[in-house]
Amino acid sequence: MAIDVNFMIGGEAGQGVQSAGFVLAKALARGGFHVFADQDYESRVRGGHNFFRVRAKDREVGAIRQEVDVLVALNSESVALHRNELSPDGVLIFDSDKDVDFEGNDRMLGVPLERLAQEKGGNKVMTNMVGLGSAAGLFGYDRQILRDAVTDFFGAGDIARSNVAAILSGYEYAGTAFGSGRLRVLKAVDGQRRILLNGNEAIALGALAAGCKFLAAYPMTPSTPIMEFMAGKADDLGVVVVQPEDEISAINMIVGAAFAGVRAMTVTSGGGFCLMVEGLGLAGMTETPIVVVDGQRAGPAIGLPTRTEQGDLQFVLHASHGDFPRVVLAPGTVQEAFWLTVKAFNLAEQYQVPVIILNDQYLATSYSTSERFDPAQVRINRGQLLNGDDLSRLPPYTYRRHAITPSGISPRAVPGRNGILVVTDSDEHDEEGHIIEDAGIRTAMMEKRLRKAEGLKEEMAGPKKYGPQQADITLVGWGSNYGLLKETVDLALAADKEIKVNMVHFSELWPFPAEAAAEALANAKRTVAVENNATGQFARLLKAETGHAVDRKILKFDGRPFSPAYVLDKLWKEVI
Amino acid sequence: MVKVEDYAGGPTAWCPGCGNFGILTALKKALVGLELEPYQILVVSGIGQAGKMPHYMKCNTLNVLHGRTLPAAAGAKMANRELTMIAVGGDGDGYGEGGNHFLHALRRNHDITYLVHNNQVYALTKGQASPTSDAGFVTKTTPHGSSDPLNALAVAIAAGGTFVARGFAGQVDHLAGLIQEGIQHRGFALIEVLQPCVSFNRRNTFAWYKQRAYRLEESGYQPQSKEEAIHKAFEWGEKIPIGVFWKEEKATFEDQIQALREGTLASQEINPGRIEKLLDALD
Repeated sequence: MAIDVNFMIGGEAGQGVQSAGFVLAKALARGGFHVFADQDYESRVRGGHNFFRVRAKDREVGAIRQEVDVLVALNSESVALHRNELSPDGVLIFDSDKDVDFEGNDRMLGVPLERLAQEKGGNKVMTNMVGLGSAAGLFGYDRQILRDAVTDFFGAGDIARSNVAAILSGYEYAGTAFGSGRLRVLKAVDGQRRILLNGNEAIALGALAAGCKFLAAYPMTPSTPIMEFMAGKADDLGVVVVQPEDEISAINMIVGAAFAGVRAMTVTSGGGFCLMVEGLGLAGMTETPIVVVDGQRAGPAIGLPTRTEQGDLQFVLHASHGDFPRVVLAPGTVQEAFWLTVKAFNLAEQYQVPVIILNDQYLATSYSTSERFDPAQVRINRGQLLNGDDLSRLPPYTYRRHAITPSGISPRAVPGRNGILVVTDSDEHDEEGHIIEDAGIRTAMMEKRLRKAEGLKEEMAGPKKYGPQQADITLVGWGSNYGLLKETVDLALAADKEIKVNMVHFSELWPFPAEAAAEALANAKRTVAVENNATGQFARLLKAETGHAVDRKILKFDGRPFSPAYVLDKLWKEVI
Repeated sequence: MVKVEDYAGGPTAWCPGCGNFGILTALKKALVGLELEPYQILVVSGIGQAGKMPHYMKCNTLNVLHGRTLPAAAGAKMANRELTMIAVGGDGDGYGEGGNHFLHALRRNHDITYLVHNNQVYALTKGQASPTSDAGFVTKTTPHGSSDPLNALAVAIAAGGTFVARGFAGQVDHLAGLIQEGIQHRGFALIEVLQPCVSFNRRNTFAWYKQRAYRLEESGYQPQSKEEAIHKAFEWGEKIPIGVFWKEEKATFEDQIQALREGTLASQEINPGRIEKLLDALD
């Protein structure tokens, strides 16, 4: 029988929900399981309610499950809020010194969480680890793996030792009181080792692998961790990470850095991207290669700062006045987040355009196991960046930064070389880069820039299909919903209904791969767009680019991610 | 040997008699005086009449958006420290649209020489009040007169500026000297230039400035503290000081970046294999 266990740790901000959840995810990943873990938190530092879900399967997993098998409630509020989410066999671990009114209910497992933390760990802040240990103890999970996961998290030392003691105290207590193996035994399997990471980390790693040497960003949830990750490695890896005064400064800094020859990126969320729009146009006009990550959260304005949405698609497609080619990529998994970030840097330089990576809070902060990325597979393509030999063949001072070419791509030089002047302007300019107002030159330059889109179209991968070839319903989605759609298709298949469901998923959104899209949807009977936004922004794009109008939309814009069961339920109840 | 003619650029679109000509000449003289060649210079400019300046000379040029001159210049400087970085903009560009960037570029002390062509008016858009227009300056957009002007030099000193000076477009050699000193200064050098606008500012004219400008270095001025320098920056009226108001040595922003110690960022190699150990940590 397939293994699929869903844990949840709930508590208030400051109780270590995230640390315990992460350690659990790590321990399960090291035990050979496929893991998907998401987190839900409020925009506050202390108090409120947070939870961290960790789902372990013996096969690939890329989505959340609403039903919880083991709920570790670090406070009473978590009991109240999530008790009704327990699966039929699910159990709830609560603090028996605090919540004592569950006697007689054998699914409510009381453990003196805070007391054990105080006694064995020496501090009640380790209540989270006692809870985590209790959950692992129910399964008789490998102690050594747990121990190592905690030690790696805290670093060898007294703090790690105390946390190990706290975990083991919960482990022993729950094992003795409730019998290990109460649920299906969750034994470490001898699987392939995988890495465990979230979407933000995957993007940061992709950027570093691609040779991004300059990051300027203003902190904004959910993208700040990309900046923190890179800042933490910057000195070792020879990368400059700058936190300027605002997002406007950030994007203009990376334009300056990229103009001077380095691969440069900024990261933000929709609100910060609003401020960057003018700079995006500058990159378009000056043909400066930059990469911008928009980690979407629920908008408009401040919206729901710590929650997810796919609400920026139409915005990033159209951001800035005037026409210029751009690229929009929206990874569906952590694997894609890594590889599409590499691709983003290549396309930016090959076509001398701004590239936008559409991430969202859900993908950004959800941890997932993945095959280890192989840096040897990373290809660096800097496009027509002229090297010293190329430049020395040019007669002195004849270089033209914006030379008109059939592809629209002008050979690129960077400033600082004798005999070469690199000139560009946010005003319309001539081939040399100097300001002009001439109608003919304006027309030629606009046409030249737009020609780059023709080449770019060839670079864009079409959608991924999954499920039966012939289906009654085709789910259509994009970006972070890849794993969601896939599991929904699997669940539909397992439900063994007469209705067959398959899916088409897009990660490369602009220039839109219209032909591939039309082909993928050619035999679809009924199409249902599944999107984390209020209006079906992708469905609009699809219609505009292919003429295909989806039959139905399943939309969610409460700031929370979809679960496959939710989508399936909507399908059966509202679509069929 | 580099000559002023090597910096000769295309025809200008400035009004005859514009103060910008004096600034352009002074900049070229300063660069030649420092034996810098056009390819070694990057001029990052904003929008306004001042922002057009690099097009009228020979140099690497990044003519950016209105007010965004300093972030772009800072990014380029970090990418290639070997470039002599000159930022150019007007009073509206730098003190209005770019006010926040101005404060923080000063605070961070990027190694940039920043010329602010201060004509106390928006000229490119034909004569509206600017952040430095005299109080009561009546224009079509400020029919009841402009508010009190921004004292950018005092602000610059307070914000941590390490080289704060004022020149006058009507004293080209003196201005060239200030620009030279600014370029040689390690760190952010603000040089505000009194730039008469012959078309839209009938109040602060060449004659008006000429009558008032006096040289600090000839007045025995030698500030011992920022407070004194700020006090001097408030002198504006019958007499207007030009020269260096404040100067101090401080590590530049670029000095403090570890990655820049390995050489020019733009010429460092790309090696994807460097992430292997980061992947180990995710195991």
